[in-house]
Amino acid sequence: MSAHLKQDKPDTANRLDQMKQGTIGQPITRVEGLAKVTGTAPYAAEYPVEGCVEGVLATATITRGQVVSVDRDSVMDMPGVIAVIEDPRMTTRAAQGTANEAPQQSPRTVCYWGQPVALVVAETFEQARDAAKHLRVEYREESDAPVDPQVVDAEEQEDETVRQGDLARAMSAAENAVDVTYTTKGHASAAMEPHAAIAQWDGRQLTVHASLQMLNYNITELADALDMEEDQVRIISRFVGGGFGSKLGLSEETVAAAIAAMELSRPVRVVLSRQQVFQCIMRRSETTQRLQLAADGEGRLAGFGHKALVSNLPGESFAEPVLQSSHFLYAAENRELMLEVARIHRMTAGSVRAPGEAVGMPTLEGAMDILAERAGIDPVELRLRNIPEEDPEEGLPFSSHKLAECLRQGADAFGWDAGPRKPRMTREGEWWIGTGMASAARVHNVGEAKARVTIKPDGTGLVETDMTDIGTGTYTILAQIAGEMLGLDPAQILVDLGDTQHPRGSGSGGSWGAASTGSAVYVACQALREEIANRVGIEETALDLADGRVIGGQTLVDLLGGKELAREGHYEPGAIAEDYTASGFGAFFAEVRVNHFTGETRVNRMLGAFGFGRVLNHKTARSQCLGGITWSIGAALTEALEFDPRTGHLVNCDLAEYHVPVHRDVPDVDVIMVEERDPVASPLQAKGIGELGMCGGAAAIGNAVYNACGARLFDYPMTPDRVLAAMPD
Amino acid sequence: MRQFQYQRARTLDDATGLVSQDSTMAIAGGTNLLDLMKLQVETPGELADVNRIGFGEIEDTPEGGLRIGALATNTETAVHPRVRRDYPLLARAILAGATQQLRNKATTGGNLCQRTRCFYFMNIDQPCNKREPGSGCGAIDGVAKLHAVLGSSDQCIATYPGDMAVAMSALDAQVSIVSGDGGERSVPVREFHCLPGDTPWRDNVLEQGEIITAVTLPAPVMGGQLYRKVRERSSYAFALVSIAAVVELQHGKFTRADLAFGGLAHKPWHDPRIADALIGQAPSDDLYDTAADLLLEDAQGHGENEFKIPLARRTLHAVLKQAVEEAA
Ligand SMILES: Cc1cc2nc3c(=O)[nH]c(=O)nc-3n(C[C@H](O)[C@H](O)[C@H](O)COP(=O)(O)OP(=O)(O)OC[C@H]3O[C@@H](n4cnc5c(N)ncnc54)[C@H](O)[C@@H]3O)c2cc1C
Ligand code: SF4
Repeated sequence: MSAHLKQDKPDTANRLDQMKQGTIGQPITRVEGLAKVTGTAPYAAEYPVEGCVEGVLATATITRGQVVSVDRDSVMDMPGVIAVIEDPRMTTRAAQGTANEAPQQSPRTVCYWGQPVALVVAETFEQARDAAKHLRVEYREESDAPVDPQVVDAEEQEDETVRQGDLARAMSAAENAVDVTYTTKGHASAAMEPHAAIAQWDGRQLTVHASLQMLNYNITELADALDMEEDQVRIISRFVGGGFGSKLGLSEETVAAAIAAMELSRPVRVVLSRQQVFQCIMRRSETTQRLQLAADGEGRLAGFGHKALVSNLPGESFAEPVLQSSHFLYAAENRELMLEVARIHRMTAGSVRAPGEAVGMPTLEGAMDILAERAGIDPVELRLRNIPEEDPEEGLPFSSHKLAECLRQGADAFGWDAGPRKPRMTREGEWWIGTGMASAARVHNVGEAKARVTIKPDGTGLVETDMTDIGTGTYTILAQIAGEMLGLDPAQILVDLGDTQHPRGSGSGGSWGAASTGSAVYVACQALREEIANRVGIEETALDLADGRVIGGQTLVDLLGGKELAREGHYEPGAIAEDYTASGFGAFFAEVRVNHFTGETRVNRMLGAFGFGRVLNHKTARSQCLGGITWSIGAALTEALEFDPRTGHLVNCDLAEYHVPVHRDVPDVDVIMVEERDPVASPLQAKGIGELGMCGGAAAIGNAVYNACGARLFDYPMTPDRVLAAMPD
Repeated sequence: MRQFQYQRARTLDDATGLVSQDSTMAIAGGTNLLDLMKLQVETPGELADVNRIGFGEIEDTPEGGLRIGALATNTETAVHPRVRRDYPLLARAILAGATQQLRNKATTGGNLCQRTRCFYFMNIDQPCNKREPGSGCGAIDGVAKLHAVLGSSDQCIATYPGDMAVAMSALDAQVSIVSGDGGERSVPVREFHCLPGDTPWRDNVLEQGEIITAVTLPAPVMGGQLYRKVRERSSYAFALVSIAAVVELQHGKFTRADLAFGGLAHKPWHDPRIADALIGQAPSDDLYDTAADLLLEDAQGHGENEFKIPLARRTLHAVLKQAVEEAA
């Protein structure tokens, strides 16, 4: 039996708060954590499959053109080589998140350097890799493929364009005006676990162990790529060693493994090398952004302009949504927003860690810092003055809005000095010390999801959905939601995820998993509660469950009488999405030190205060915030994809040369969670969390760099060379 | 990775005999070689494992110096009591490199011979004169942020990436090398690495069949020791610029200034004129500029890496200032 909730109205019933188990919000340690740290949690490539052979992708060494021929004979005599698979169904780019259809196919057409063109299968991985390197491929190269976003005519994304009032007039009339241009470099989506798939074909049914974030879409994408029915395909992804957007859509190794397994009638494993993960999955686009702020003497914005240039391959629908939060963060009557895409031949750009705000917020909040300085207003106060009553473009109410509280509580906890600010006030030895702050905003996303919840005759629970846990804590919070609703200890609930044989969840991405799939679990539990109340003979609203029994009454075991009880919950966001603007908000505070001689910048301490609805588990939520803040540090100081200016290939394609923060770069980080109930966000009153920590934090660091040493930078990341170039004498 | 044969050398003779063959390479910790083999940048037909030939000891020399075996791990060297007491510069340089896990495997010999981190060298589908003589240099006009500003050629602008050897250069250590015929020679670290010139494939003076057995540090000298490594993140990154310094002052004047520079060239850079300029002079910003002028006289950037020229100057100021402060 199934229960359906399409959320058309705010959920003010707030049922979770009336439950009696008391597990929701508890800082429970991730249930699968021990298995992961002891190496017993199998990742996609680690399933022992008898007779499995190994495939390695051969990749293009030109930027654009056609494959004329693939010379199988160049490798078929090499030791162990079984086959060279060249199939028009093979995919050449990762699917965009929620694409729900096969990504670009036909590997004979090359669109970027490093694109997969064929798969070499051999008995061992080493043999396959050697052969893939030796495979002779003849190309017809098309020269002069543009690889620099600055040299091509960009396409305007018309649905992003906003023109309200007259920005030019507001700028010239403004007492305080800021008009600045920033750049941000591309970011990698690579996770610790490389993309991997083991495909098995029994003549009727295809089973794939893969490392993917959104099986509910990936199954459709895979079936579409192979021209099969979905019921012939099963994908299993129980453990995913990080996603960061790189595993949202179906990736190249999965399709290649499936085709090879069917062709060879043998199980085939394909694991991308670290370099391939970087070179043929997803990048975050580099951006160029112009910010225009027109304010009166009190710093109140009358004009707001944000224009961004991003890039992607021809034919890709995705454009880094840089302006996402700019649309509603600050009030201003005269607005101009525009997003443009340059079509260039670097690898696919897609959703990477907080797409949009991760690069849009650091520039906007950098410009706000300049405005605060010009207007002589404390930066915290400047933000407080510009918080809109309602969405300034759409006129919609906010679902909930905790920016002001986050700014105040954050400033307080950080010890923010609201006195006059001037650069170069503190020096310790070679180091300039300074502080900075920024607002955080990240739109809240929810998606359709299904989950089945069963109470077993022995009184234990089972949650089943094809939802994934990419290391965020999904296993744990789903047990907590079901436990709270059904009066069960979460330890008594088995959560079974990552298998397309289960009802379709939302997948993990855009920080929407908890609110979406969590709501499906909630809906299923609500239906179970109704059945239990029915059996007890009371109203559901009067039913109090805890520790496996009706409080003061029967146990669940007795009520079930030896039979299990199951319900499927189906959650869908409804018309409510049109009626409200929903976003997480927050504030970042940072103290940095900048070396006067070398320009090296290190973060001394950082604090984030966030409001994102109900906190389902204080430990996993805090960890998400810490991770987001760590990304903020990377975006501010080190992370940069470097592309060859001639071929457009990514040169720094491993984790030694693509610099994410290391432990020593992540100092004392503090998180404040400003709890609230958002009745619009989901029936759980919870919003997305993970990405918010990356949406603006880089500006707190950049603003602190300026406050420390007087170097105002307009290019992220702020590496020593750039800091030195901007450093006053 | 190409298929290869593996042989374990039992003695030094074994090792030199094995590596006398054209397609054989020595493997010690493997932290550099195996990575390059996976990328097929190195494709030895045979590996001669030198880990069991001895030469892992760190011993006092009769002259009061220290002989560090070629197979001593970087960790063993960095924590050795005499290194910490008499050559703290070396300990600091080693600890500024890589990670604990890598240093536990990495050896003295392997560290000296580690290859450049040039992106184009590491990608066999790109031109590189070092990897494939005559194929061109991908880095010139490419992404060259990490590349050399001193001593490069129109064939190759790569840097030697390591830290340990920069310290050893400042300390004026000697590399002991044994060849297939049993011959032994000693080469100053300062002359061990080559400039690219028109033989960019040549990183150092080792000939086919030769094995490094030790690095010998001279008896410790008076003076403060510093190692400064400038990098984007605070650990696990190669140097943009690094400076190893042994500096002594008496009566307010420099009496010693042995400086070596990393991140600037195809080798740890040592220019005797810098010591000449500093010795006998009282510390001042002008003096440091004079030293920097000498160092950077012929410096030439390649677009993105031009920042290394002012960075080297500023870092030199910082290091000398710190040395003077610590001496006071
Ligand atoms: C991610 C990463 C980061 C790193 N960061 C740094 C850093 O910041 N600073 C730094 O200095 N280094 C760094 N390194 C490099 C590291 O120091 C070297 O990989 C290591 O020192 C090599 O030593 P090994 O014993 O493992 O050499 P191997 O990999 O075994 O050998 C390297 C080379 O030396 C040759 N060789 C080895 N022993 C001898 C011998 N006795 N005689 C003759 N030839 C020999 C081998 O044939 C091979 O060509 C880093 C490495 C990695 C992978
Ligand atoms: S700089 Fe040297 S190592 Fe790098 S590509 Fe050029 S020749 Fe090769």
